[in-house]
Amino acid sequence: MAVKTVIEAIREGMDEEMARDPSVFLIGEDVGNRGGVFLASDGLFKKYGELRVIDSPLAESCIVGVAIGAAVNGMRPIAEIQFADFIAPAMNQIVEEAARFCYRTAGDFNLPMVIRAPWGGGVHGALYHSQSIEATFAHIPGLKVVAPGTPADAKGLLKAAIRDPDPVLYLEHKRTYRLVKGEVPDGDWVVPIGKADVKREGKDLSLIAYGLMLTYCLEVATKLAATGISAEVLDLRTIKPIDQAAIVATARKTGKVLVVHEDNRFAGIAAEVMAIIMENAFDALDAPVMRLTGPDVPAMPFNHVLEEAFMPNVEKILVKAKELAAY
Amino acid sequence: MTSVKMPQLGESITEGTISRWLKQPGDQVKKYEGLVEVITDKVNAEVPAPLAGVLREIRVKEGTTVTVGTEIAIIEESVAAAAVPSPPPSSKETGELQAAFNTPTAAEPEPAVEQSNAGRTRLSPAVRALIEEHRISDAELMGITGSGIAGRISKKDIEDFVAKRAQPATANGEQRPTAAPSATPAPTPGTTIPLSPMRRAIATNMLKSKQTIPHAWTVAEVDMTNVVRFRQKAKDSFKLREGIDLTFVPIMVKAVVEGLKAVPVLNASWSEQGVVLHKDINIGVAVSVEDGLIVPVVHQADRMSISGLAKAIDDLAKRARAGKLGIPDVQGGTFTVNNPGTFGTILSYSIIAPPQVGILAMDAIVKRPVVVDGDAIAVRSMMNLCLSFDHRVLDGVSAARFLQGVRRWLEGFSEQVPLY
Repeated sequence: MAVKTVIEAIREGMDEEMARDPSVFLIGEDVGNRGGVFLASDGLFKKYGELRVIDSPLAESCIVGVAIGAAVNGMRPIAEIQFADFIAPAMNQIVEEAARFCYRTAGDFNLPMVIRAPWGGGVHGALYHSQSIEATFAHIPGLKVVAPGTPADAKGLLKAAIRDPDPVLYLEHKRTYRLVKGEVPDGDWVVPIGKADVKREGKDLSLIAYGLMLTYCLEVATKLAATGISAEVLDLRTIKPIDQAAIVATARKTGKVLVVHEDNRFAGIAAEVMAIIMENAFDALDAPVMRLTGPDVPAMPFNHVLEEAFMPNVEKILVKAKELAAY
Repeated sequence: MTSVKMPQLGESITEGTISRWLKQPGDQVKKYEGLVEVITDKVNAEVPAPLAGVLREIRVKEGTTVTVGTEIAIIEESVAAAAVPSPPPSSKETGELQAAFNTPTAAEPEPAVEQSNAGRTRLSPAVRALIEEHRISDAELMGITGSGIAGRISKKDIEDFVAKRAQPATANGEQRPTAAPSATPAPTPGTTIPLSPMRRAIATNMLKSKQTIPHAWTVAEVDMTNVVRFRQKAKDSFKLREGIDLTFVPIMVKAVVEGLKAVPVLNASWSEQGVVLHKDINIGVAVSVEDGLIVPVVHQADRMSISGLAKAIDDLAKRARAGKLGIPDVQGGTFTVNNPGTFGTILSYSIIAPPQVGILAMDAIVKRPVVVDGDAIAVRSMMNLCLSFDHRVLDGVSAARFLQGVRRWLEGFSEQVPLY
């Protein structure tokens, strides 16, 4: 095993799948010679050529539309949206077409395609380069949504997404790209979609998170341990289909749950996780299920103080977790 | 044979609940070794054995509430301890002797009252499930000290209790009650919330205060603008440095201390022999807790800086909410500060806590247009200070002088006033 960054794991995942399967190709803005704005596809253009690493016009509806057409015709496209914030112009293609295709054709057609989108804040990206979009898309039946938080999961879930017969929205948190390092198993490493992962065992309370917040929650768990509080950390990894069994299991185990995400609060993923717990583990709860999320404001501010105020961080999660532990 | 009585665990405490016996009949006990845990309306305390010997008999079961002075156990002195031959007093004499020491106002001890836990705190679904699973009785539940916020019994508390209970059965061989089949509920007009020890104590003290103290009430209006500005400026760095919030309460307590120094007759007690002026200034600070109110005391508040007061008050409030106050923490108050203003009230008529002679309520700080020097109208942060005082001890003039002192100190507040 080698220690890699998240961005390296993603690049490697694409590279291996393109080498393995000639129907896999990449399309997006600046993904070619430029190697992508975050260098996710650095070197792939040279290796696979302009027919398999395609620079698109600045038109997200085109990127996704082309991917849908190719997928219908037997290809396995990876469509890169440069920033998740830019996905809105492709909304119609994703929601009205891609998500429904299998249903509309009564299962005659599948769309084996991946939409990669760098998401999340904390990078001074301001209003158009920081948003969280997972709740919006998780609401759409027919789409799968994954949000890995570690290099191993980033690689394994990307390979699973490329091989999946249905459209998968693959969210890669920008802040984790080079911040989070970890060991990635050698060989053909695939992580199944729909399985959450207990990243740290504990017994007093559970922290449930994904993406960048996973890293923060693990740090919080270490700090809590120093004060004698044993926190379990559950990494959702896949947002849809969500791993109900894992959520219920940790809630039943500790009886106290805090859900953390940086996406807006209202109707966010935390609300869904809390509902799952209420429906399935009410009798095991020892405290109200709590959540710590970004606020319901229209976008991530540029002003650094305000950005800091928007983002959940280790300190804020720690305070909330202690409140839960003391309940 | 010596009988052990329910001790008086503080002034104005008249009864206690046996929480847990730390020794069982037949056990050897050393002098001052923990014998039993007792819950009162104010504190939880461990009662030490008054002498060395063997615990012969437990007279009051866990979960039962009895009045102070009630016999709760019998200890037989060990041979070594009883080596000095002295004719043991007959049990009748002992009883009379004890009665002479414990002359409670109540003529007869009240019958033991079974306390229900139902109204004490909320039980989470996990706790309820565990109670059912392990068939924990009400009496047993009453004996469990909650470690959660406001004394809530947590899942872990129950698990710890069950683990402890699972240890070898006790000598008295008492059968654990099994869950009774629920009877058909009869229609009832309403619900009775059982009186917690705290509720009962508040009721008694408030009634006694209003029936014996002729309360008088007066209000002063204070311009808090300087204090508000100062706190706004200082609070973040204070929090960073000290790890606790800088609230208005320690500043107010400081002001009250200054006022009491100027008008000592408010730092006093009434007695038939005369008005007792206290040397120490011990300020009670009312803290609301689930199911009631408790007034821990900052002792010798006149020797503390604002920062020292902030720390002392923060510590007391936290322990009050966690149910971890000791007896000294709630005794010896000479004056009380109440802060209903946090809940938005603007005029509060507080009841004096005997034997004190005054209680000051800080009401809400509100921005209002005020006529200032030169007949201009300015927006100022205003607060009402409401003083209830014992009119037997002092008159309106002294009360007004006290309020004036407090007000001047607060209005003259500047950054020159030291925090430390």
